[in-house]
Amino acid sequence: MRRLTYIAAALIAAIALLVPVLNLWVPPDSPFHVPDYLVPLLGKYLCFAILALALDLAWGYCGILSLGHGAFFALGGYAMGMYLMRQIGTRGVYAHPVLPDFMVFLNWKELPWYWYGFDMFWFAAIMVMLVPGLLAFVFGWFAFRSRVTGVYLSIITQALTYALLLAFFRNDMGFGGNNGLTDFKDILGFNIQAQSTRAVLFAVTALILAGFLLMLQYVVMSRLGKVMVAVRDAESRTRFIGYRVEHVKLFAFTLSAVMAGIAGALYVPQVGIINPGEFSPANSIEIVIWTAVGGRGTLVGPIIGALAVNSGKSYFTAAFPDMWLLVLGALFVCVTLFLPKGIVGTLAEWMAKRPAKKTHVPATAPATEAAQ
Amino acid sequence: MRRLIAAFLILIFASTAAVADLRESVNALGKVKLDGLEEAIKTLAAQPGEVPAKVLGALGEGDLYVRKSDGLVVIAEEAGGAFNLTDPVSGEELGQAAKSDVSRIRINNALRRVIRAAAGGSALASPDAAKRLEAAQAVFKSRDAAALPALDEALAKETDPQVKSALELARASALLASSATDEVKEAAIATLAATGSRDVLPILSTTAEGSGPAALAAQQAISEIETTLAYWSMAQNVWFGISLGSVLLLAAIGLAITFGVMGVINMAHGEMVMLGAYTTFVVQEVIRTSFPGLFDWSLLIALPLAFLVAALMGILIERIVIRPLYGRPLETLLATWGVSLILQQAIRMIFGPTNREVGNPSWASGAFEIGQMSITYNRLWLVLFSLAVFAGLYLLLNKTSFGLQLRAVTQNRRMASAIGIKTPWVGALTFAVRSGIAGIAGVGLSQIDNVSPDLGQSYIIDSFMVVVFGGVGNLWGTLVAAMTLGIVNKFLEPFAGAVLAKILVLVFIILFIQKRPRGLFALKGRFVDA
Repeated sequence: MRRLTYIAAALIAAIALLVPVLNLWVPPDSPFHVPDYLVPLLGKYLCFAILALALDLAWGYCGILSLGHGAFFALGGYAMGMYLMRQIGTRGVYAHPVLPDFMVFLNWKELPWYWYGFDMFWFAAIMVMLVPGLLAFVFGWFAFRSRVTGVYLSIITQALTYALLLAFFRNDMGFGGNNGLTDFKDILGFNIQAQSTRAVLFAVTALILAGFLLMLQYVVMSRLGKVMVAVRDAESRTRFIGYRVEHVKLFAFTLSAVMAGIAGALYVPQVGIINPGEFSPANSIEIVIWTAVGGRGTLVGPIIGALAVNSGKSYFTAAFPDMWLLVLGALFVCVTLFLPKGIVGTLAEWMAKRPAKKTHVPATAPATEAAQ
Repeated sequence: MRRLIAAFLILIFASTAAVADLRESVNALGKVKLDGLEEAIKTLAAQPGEVPAKVLGALGEGDLYVRKSDGLVVIAEEAGGAFNLTDPVSGEELGQAAKSDVSRIRINNALRRVIRAAAGGSALASPDAAKRLEAAQAVFKSRDAAALPALDEALAKETDPQVKSALELARASALLASSATDEVKEAAIATLAATGSRDVLPILSTTAEGSGPAALAAQQAISEIETTLAYWSMAQNVWFGISLGSVLLLAAIGLAITFGVMGVINMAHGEMVMLGAYTTFVVQEVIRTSFPGLFDWSLLIALPLAFLVAALMGILIERIVIRPLYGRPLETLLATWGVSLILQQAIRMIFGPTNREVGNPSWASGAFEIGQMSITYNRLWLVLFSLAVFAGLYLLLNKTSFGLQLRAVTQNRRMASAIGIKTPWVGALTFAVRSGIAGIAGVGLSQIDNVSPDLGQSYIIDSFMVVVFGGVGNLWGTLVAAMTLGIVNKFLEPFAGAVLAKILVLVFIILFIQKRPRGLFALKGRFVDA
């Protein structure tokens, strides 16, 4: 299993180089050329892969089924969006040197305090991690301390993202209301529309994904990672042995939220918009299905799941727009009924059963909470 | 018999005489000059019947003309360069006339006021109670001291209590505008203040601006009325809260029992509500096209059908999705979410993505007022309906053997199984009942909400909050939680706005669950940490 992770990380790093090269330096008539539209699309998929990986840490390894991970993703995205808005400067429709267009439109006179500092990239970069991380920490602190678990926790996380959805829809929140933040011009001085910038963003996203993969491999193989799995499979027993279950959970949940925030920050410049729709509970549940399809409790699984489900989504919404939700719904039902370990988990199990070659038995297969 | 004939003759004679009088005073309008017009208007307004009001109305609109040939006053409507003439007294059509054949009776602003008061006064004498009421309210709003004599006269004759009180109010408001003594004015203020209504506030505040005892009395009356109004608005908020709470109750009540019995969260719960609403829609469509007479019964017909449709769908879901995943609540949550996506999309493909119209039957439309509160019938029925569903479910749980078994399974599934209760069977039946209840909740909600494929989605989070807040497997908890959340929401709304109120409630619940992770009314007993 560890080998699989290393192979995947190497593969992703290779793609990080290959796609920009094939896009920028291979002539368009060559069969190896990657068309321009594909680069941000693939970049978007990789962001979703990071997000699915983040959820896998919480759900697949620690048993925290969060139905609100979209909230952390969107918060990271908003932090990045705020930086990009400040970069527009006088090139906006109203050409106001400080205020973004929507504030001028709403007749605001000065920048709200929480927009200060977002003209600097380093500040925005810290906020991308700090805001989701802090929210997850505070939320997790309260939730895990009072032993809110299982479906209760899932429902409460869903309420969290729903509350944020409502909040960000409000115009007087100062985040662009319904329309969100869009119409970005450049990032770190580079034109955000330029193909070279997009290629670099793609490469950065892929490298970060590979880095996260290696990092999580380290985390889950560590002692802490083993305790996480113990918490997932038998929370009470782990507590009785003497571990501080809530601390372990809090670590997994917060790290996962920070990763989701980074995914959101990478997503926004490539897609060019962030709006409150990203907070919708349906989005967050979709993340869960990516992870489930690929295989929770494996590190490569969520990445494969995110890529597979999203490619399927792109295909179906273009070819049979009416069918996509039916397919997605059927996917939810079928995966939980027939493929509870996901693609990678099932394959690994199948490989392990073959007697010929000795492979590591994966520490996966989240025991069904049969103890109840 | 002879007497009867005599009376009849007298009547005819009298009415002919009256018509002659009327004709004369109408024609007088055409004869006098501008400064004599006021007198002529008042004379006319003093005449009985409906003609004066009609003539004065036409005069005010500038539709009253004099026919030059014989000096007859007529109502004229312009029609392509010529006028269609009508005799206001007989109502008879007099044919067309050229523009040069008639001349308009001109009025000025001072006269317009006189006309309005006079028209009000003359309508006060109308034999139709509704018209008198309307006239009294018009005078009340115009606050015209000139209408006082007419009001006094009308008050003396009035027998209808509703019209009478309207007249008294009109008289009080006219008195305040007149040069009456302070005592009279104070009495008038007292009359107005007694209504406690928002409508009298402008009248009183005009008086309060002046000086003297009347102004003081008016100020006091205003503050009193404002206090009463504050109470009424609180009562109105409570009512809105209860009505929102009953919506939440309907949506959440089924969720609470299955969660308690099976430890299962059914994300497709909202879609059962939606199916119920669409069943209502289909029933109404069939009734509209085939049996229009039955429209008022449509909801009653839809109730059992919605129960059936949703219960069957519930059994199907239980069989296919829930049963195989038993004991894995998180997987169940995901699988039922998938079911909800499929159901939504299926409905969208069959009925289209737009809202479908479900009509209110006649007994559920309109509104009535209690004091300063306005209560719509559909909300009232919804509250009663949700309480009825609650009561029915309560009886089912507490008075039937099925309910006993169900409660046993809720408290301790293994023990219940050990003493011979067929737990899978209880689970399936619970699921069917619960889905059926969600279906009939859909019938109720179709009366106040848009029937669209997303109908269920909009309630699902709120219903979960109710369940989490109230605790599972406890009907009273659900009732209290639904009503509390509804009322709190409506009380926060005026201060914080609808969206912020909702956010505050969500935050409150997230904090609340820290203290009471099992909800307000947690079941007592020993549990494995699940």
